[in-house]
Amino acid sequence: MSKYLPVLTILAGIVAVWYVGVYVMNAPFQQKLNERAGAEPTFVEFVGQTMSQPKPTLPAPHQVAVNFFENTFLRKVTSGRSLVYHSWVTLSSTLLGFLFGTVLGILIAVGIVHVLALDRSLMPWIIASQTIPILALAPMIVVVFAAIGLTGLIPKALISTYLSFFPVAVGMVKGLRSPETAYLDLMHTYNASRSDVFWKLRLPASVPFLFASMKVAVAASLVGAIVGELPTGAVAGIGAKLLGGSYYSQTIDIFAALVAGSIVAVLLVTTVGFVGRMTERAMGVRPA
Amino acid sequence: MNAPASTVMPASQEAPAVVEAADLSLTFQTNDGPVHALADVDLAIGKGEFVSFIGPSGCGKTTFLRVIADLEQPTAGSISVNGMSPSEARQSRAYGYVFQAAALYPWRTIERNVALPLEIMGLSKTEQRERVARTLELVNLTGFEKKFPWQLSGGMQQRASIARALAFDADLLLMDEPFGALDEIVRDHLNEQLLELWARTEKTICFVTHSIPEAVYLSTKIVVMSPRPGRVTDVIESTLPRERPLDIRESSEFLKIAHRVREGLRAGHSYDD
Repeated sequence: MSKYLPVLTILAGIVAVWYVGVYVMNAPFQQKLNERAGAEPTFVEFVGQTMSQPKPTLPAPHQVAVNFFENTFLRKVTSGRSLVYHSWVTLSSTLLGFLFGTVLGILIAVGIVHVLALDRSLMPWIIASQTIPILALAPMIVVVFAAIGLTGLIPKALISTYLSFFPVAVGMVKGLRSPETAYLDLMHTYNASRSDVFWKLRLPASVPFLFASMKVAVAASLVGAIVGELPTGAVAGIGAKLLGGSYYSQTIDIFAALVAGSIVAVLLVTTVGFVGRMTERAMGVRPA
Repeated sequence: MNAPASTVMPASQEAPAVVEAADLSLTFQTNDGPVHALADVDLAIGKGEFVSFIGPSGCGKTTFLRVIADLEQPTAGSISVNGMSPSEARQSRAYGYVFQAAALYPWRTIERNVALPLEIMGLSKTEQRERVARTLELVNLTGFEKKFPWQLSGGMQQRASIARALAFDADLLLMDEPFGALDEIVRDHLNEQLLELWARTEKTICFVTHSIPEAVYLSTKIVVMSPRPGRVTDVIESTLPRERPLDIRESSEFLKIAHRVREGLRAGHSYDD
């Protein structure tokens, strides 16, 4: 219990501030409505009104919660209004992009560690690639691939790949170079080949680095997938839900979609962390 | 200047030297100018000897071991290992090397750590199993096959690392302050076990240390070195019997040799700073 108390306290604080914000943000519009209707509610009634608008400037936590609950548990998962459906669309492209990104990141790192020319030349480009705002790049990727007849999952996944290969590449370069001199000298005394050094030393030594960077990469992948849905007029996915919500001022929908997105993110990061811990345990790491 | 690292034929016709160095020098180029890690070292190590290298930090004792192991390249002079160049000797897996830290791979169990060189040498699984069992028995670690390194004490880890160096049956064992990080009680125990192991396997052992009692207790030959430049100041042939109980360290013979080692260290001005 003592473990959760601080977290719950912060949460309660956030919700309290949120409710105050709801009142402040929604009050002016509610006042106008009441003036036009000639209604004169008491203060308590007025506060209630600011928290139950259909299209509030800032939706109240309970409105978001109800919307999220209805659209998650009370709809068929095949329905266009189901958050499960939209989350799945985004999740599938996140996972595909994450897979591509992890493989690409590992390959780049292996190249950098083993080929001097790549070591000297590749890193600046990799870093430069991450300085371009993904919002500017995403539509171009989608358009270019649409021009060659590739639409749907793949272009979206590639945006995720673009964001997720970077932390994996950087983490893996560090991981593959992490073995101490004594470990490498030992391999040298055995007259071990480069492939032996890689498979028996560098790769196992890099595993903790790999999972740490995969945690960052999977979160970046999710951002990529959502951003990839924004400029493309995608009809499904959390990004599409956000965009649709903003077109029609469905602020409650937007917040519910954001909640869905955060839950997906938490699940992804937790899963990667869990797989990482399992792998390390199987590799004999001393339990903390 | 002599040609670097050329092959030298053993001087004597009887037992050929396992390691033979002539005018061996190694200079590191650093930002603060050249550092003479080894200068004109002449030394022959015969088969079956237990040779200790003793001296203060910077005297080149570890560097000399690393030259034998082809981990450093001499800048002048010549050295042969089993009549070959160190590089050829390394490629023919002529020696096992034990580092100061056990350097066990943490993701491998003890048996798989010991099997590591065997895997790299491409031995069959049955051969690997057989050799791992044999060498673990040699260092008294039978029963710890499935443990990971962190589950073992420092002394046991170092024993596992010795087993790993013994696993592929090289005749030469190079040990770089293997017990330097261990407490004295464990060290005494391991010294005793090491002598026993040496007697059983008849290997040639090169052992770097900066403990005088350890050097005298273990060795048939003690090489005293001094720094700046790293050179040999004395080579002492031990007169102690090969059979050495721990209490031999109280004998007058032992103290006489220890005294000579101390004199040798002093002659090298190694107590100046």
